[in-house]
Amino acid sequence: MAIEVRIPTILRPYTDGERAVSAEGASIAELIENLEANHEGIKERLLDGADVRRFVNIYVNDEDIRFTGGLATELSDGDGVVILPAVAGGAA
Amino acid sequence: MVVLTILREHVDAIIAHARRDHPDEACGIIAGPIGSDQPTRHIEMLNAAMSPTFYEFDSGDLLRLYREMDDNDEEPVVIYHSHTATEAFPSRTDQNLAAEPNAHYVLVSTRDGADAEGTEIDFRSYRIVDSEVTEEEVQVVDRYTNERTTPQTEVAP
Repeated sequence: MAIEVRIPTILRPYTDGERAVSAEGASIAELIENLEANHEGIKERLLDGADVRRFVNIYVNDEDIRFTGGLATELSDGDGVVILPAVAGGAA
Repeated sequence: MVVLTILREHVDAIIAHARRDHPDEACGIIAGPIGSDQPTRHIEMLNAAMSPTFYEFDSGDLLRLYREMDDNDEEPVVIYHSHTATEAFPSRTDQNLAAEPNAHYVLVSTRDGADAEGTEIDFRSYRIVDSEVTEEEVQVVDRYTNERTTPQTEVAP
């Protein structure tokens, strides 16, 4: 099953500059393993240990996976995944 | 690219936004055509952290913003926020979280009474790549000589 994954600018060095790549997996966790297999190094930029990094947002069909089960969020053929780094900072 | 060229109306709008949200940090972007390095569309964002020391775009707002820019063939040319009690220089947090290597990171400081209308205010711009900060000159213009789209300011989302 093919899932389109939108890649943010800062991670495009891992995808030869591609803005979107096709990946597979029945869950976000599997999808990330599949991405890593084809784009080595990307996993470390998405995960902090066993969790999605605090300042990385992953959406499945426009839903932030923080609200849909995190890495266990299920995927079906034709789903769209978007990865976006948080826009955040501040004096602290 | 060691200069940020930006319209006066956008500088004024960013400063007004920072003053309005003081003492919380204000944040937003100015989008522009991909590859143009020309900020043309100002979008004020809500600081979901609503904090005097931190800012973060709401994750839903962020997705809508990037979809809209995608549809318009735009990218974030300027990403701005205010510091309300410290100088207009990227903090360690700013450096570590900067994730748009092509953007100009603009900081304004409303400290020491600069939140008041008509006072001097620091408005500075930086590139932040791999947590490395490089300050750049800010060139304020009334109009772009090779303007690509009509500038506009909107309050969204």
